[in-house]
Amino acid sequence: MTSAVAATAGIGRRENLLTRLWQGNTGPVLIVVAAILIFWYAMAVHMNAPWQQRLNDRAGEEVSFTQFVDQTWSQKKPLLPAPHQIVGEIWNATVLTDINSRRSLAYHSWITLSATLLGFAFGTALGVGLAVIIIHNRASDQSLMPWIIASQTVPILAIAPMVVVGLGAVGITGLFPKALISMYLSFFPVVVGMVKGLRSPEAIQIDLMRTYSASPWQVFKMLRWPASLPFLFASMRVGVAISLIGAVVGELSNAAGGGLGVRLLTGSYNGQTIQIWAALLLAAALAAILVSLVGVAERFVTRRMGGAA
Amino acid sequence: MNMSLVAGVVIFWLAAWALNEFLVRRFSANRAVRLFVPLLFGVTLLVLWEGITRGLAVPQVLLPPPSAIWARLTDSTSILWADFQQTFLKSVLAGYAIGCISGFVVSILVDRSPFLRRGLLPIGNFVSALPIIGIAPIMVMWFGFDWPSKAAVVVAMTFFPMLVNTVAGLSATSAIEGDLMRTYAAGYWQTLFKLRLPAAAPFIFNALKINSTLALIGAIVAEFFGTPIVGMGFRISTEVGKLAIDLVWAEIAVAAVAGSAFYGLVALIERATTFWHPSIRGGGA
Amino acid sequence: MTSVVSAKNLSLTFETNDGPVEALKDVNLEIGKGEFVSFIGPSGCGKTTFLRVMADLESPTAGDISINGMTPDEARTNRAYGYVFQAAALFPWRTVAANVALPLEIMGFSKSEQQQRIARTLELVNLAGFEKKYPWQLSGGMQQRASIARALAFDADLLLMDEPFGALDEIVRDHLNEQLLKLWAETNKTICFVTHSIPEAVYLSTKIVVMSPRPGRVTDVIDSPLPKDRPLDIRETPEFLEVAHRVREGLRAGHSYEEEG
Repeated sequence: MTSAVAATAGIGRRENLLTRLWQGNTGPVLIVVAAILIFWYAMAVHMNAPWQQRLNDRAGEEVSFTQFVDQTWSQKKPLLPAPHQIVGEIWNATVLTDINSRRSLAYHSWITLSATLLGFAFGTALGVGLAVIIIHNRASDQSLMPWIIASQTVPILAIAPMVVVGLGAVGITGLFPKALISMYLSFFPVVVGMVKGLRSPEAIQIDLMRTYSASPWQVFKMLRWPASLPFLFASMRVGVAISLIGAVVGELSNAAGGGLGVRLLTGSYNGQTIQIWAALLLAAALAAILVSLVGVAERFVTRRMGGAA
Repeated sequence: MNMSLVAGVVIFWLAAWALNEFLVRRFSANRAVRLFVPLLFGVTLLVLWEGITRGLAVPQVLLPPPSAIWARLTDSTSILWADFQQTFLKSVLAGYAIGCISGFVVSILVDRSPFLRRGLLPIGNFVSALPIIGIAPIMVMWFGFDWPSKAAVVVAMTFFPMLVNTVAGLSATSAIEGDLMRTYAAGYWQTLFKLRLPAAAPFIFNALKINSTLALIGAIVAEFFGTPIVGMGFRISTEVGKLAIDLVWAEIAVAAVAGSAFYGLVALIERATTFWHPSIRGGGA
Repeated sequence: MTSVVSAKNLSLTFETNDGPVEALKDVNLEIGKGEFVSFIGPSGCGKTTFLRVMADLESPTAGDISINGMTPDEARTNRAYGYVFQAAALFPWRTVAANVALPLEIMGFSKSEQQQRIARTLELVNLAGFEKKYPWQLSGGMQQRASIARALAFDADLLLMDEPFGALDEIVRDHLNEQLLKLWAETNKTICFVTHSIPEAVYLSTKIVVMSPRPGRVTDVIDSPLPKDRPLDIRETPEFLEVAHRVREGLRAGHSYEEEG
């Protein structure tokens, strides 16, 4: 590097950070998010206005425009809650409420989360196990794979009520039926991804292991398993998101069991819009956190394996 | 409990399996055999189901035998037809059409604008992992109890796979074909219609197939959140409450047939349009 | 002889993560109408880059270049040349005939014109009868011939070819080389041909431009003394070997045979 270039590198450092933020995705994403928020607030005014107008007319009040806008953003059961109302409700229902109370969103989130995690863990284990069997045993490849694909033609989400009530009728309630649904949903992407991943090494790499007289276990441990990890993590990202959906839908048939799905349902029955939005936002946040945790795990493992993180 | 019945069907199952194995090993090139094997598989499944549920006296509340389901199905055609009209013909089809078309249009917009690609696409990828089905109660609040709110849920669910897949498809053209069009001084729209859209077709059909399943499941589950007294999801959740599991299975049978037919139709159109893609022509030459 | 391509002090420097790379440096070249010019050199010598600059697929960082008296951008908008890539780049969802029609559709030729041109060019490359076939039904050599037919369809006087036969085996290559010369004799186009192969360059061209890397530059321009009419056997004559020898000397002078780094 010439001295001129080195000098400019030092001087331009502050601009470089900003230009990098702009040239990457962060800048545009932030702008789009800001645009969405502005649009949201505007729509809240527009959609809540008719009801607010009726309220004001009934009370015989005359309000200025800014007051009116403020009122549309503070209704008790708005058609479209403003973002700060939702965030406020979440704050109230989590931090400011006793965690053991049935009003606490943290309590309900935990119920949903536990079903999700349990189902996801089982589903991933089942998926990996099935994949290992399939690639090592030709007979099971031909007989198991069709069943596995056929299993997904059963719309488990659509029959979730039946699963929950049916199992309830024989005495199995609570966490297990929901985890079962989540497991059923998440094992499929894991099987498909892992079969592809465990088979992904090239023919010449497998031939190489053969020249070393490597045992099937050694081939698995040293070649197939490391090669399959990218596929595993991609499948797990899909699997964890879909497990959450399974848990939420499973909750709809057992209101006594609690959970974010139940909050959605009760909010819907009582017309409590803010409650609905709060539960939905929390479920979405949960999904986002879980997926990014899988991503973090992936990056960690990739780096340890010397990959380009 | 009728153990001889159970034994009988298990023997039938093993025999059918053996027959299938034999056929697959010897005659897998024969077209008739290729149709027969899965058919026998399906029949065996039904026989096994019937035998085990009757033979082991499985409580009807858990799993009714196929014959009982069939009886209920033929008995309740008017109910099933009304539910089908409500859920499939109205919610699913309308939502699917609007969701896929809007996903397509937005992906063209994203393609034209690098700013949108960098700003909107990451958000789209993010949202597609979220439990979109949860917006069902909100849609009910905005569009009422009837089918438009369910169609709205289907729109939201089918929009993102269409967006993500179409954008991926549009970037799938390699540099050489792009350069070729540049040497012809072809404009953006000419390049889009003559090169990039045909090349993106496999991806777009992938999304259309995924969406056909998502649409049906989405409409049914959305009905769990509240619907007027008709609809497949409505029927399932209420009949489950009454423990009339045979009617529930009849609904599921209708849903399965409708879903498979829908998927199959899309797959047929895919085969006709993307006849040139290696995955469709079997990776020859 | 009128100049079809005129390059003066043409330079192109790429900015890469590893620092600037001088793909072309001070290239001065005149190409006359009707010539068959080969560009030969090892990887990184700039031959493909020069072709792409002519085609307005890259922009020079210094110097001038004109095609038919216009800038490359104008030449491209005026559809002054046809480009043949290393791979056939046929669209798999179009038949051979439809593929050849692609530029004609874009440029707005009438349907009857298109039919005529398709028939004529497919005849020229010996693919008559294959109009309704799909690319995957053709061999590699046939696909490349279809790609050449496509480049000829709209009567551009200049043909730019970037190692079109590189992916094919030697026997097919010989055959295609012969056909290309016949085609050139029949159509009288100006052809710029990039290749790795010394025998191919000497066999095909009236002029050979020898290039070498780091930085990419022209080390020699050889006017071929060989007659225009050339059977394949000419490759064993002393005159041929002499030209090939000169090419090799040019490559050696440009340090093309030395190790990298």
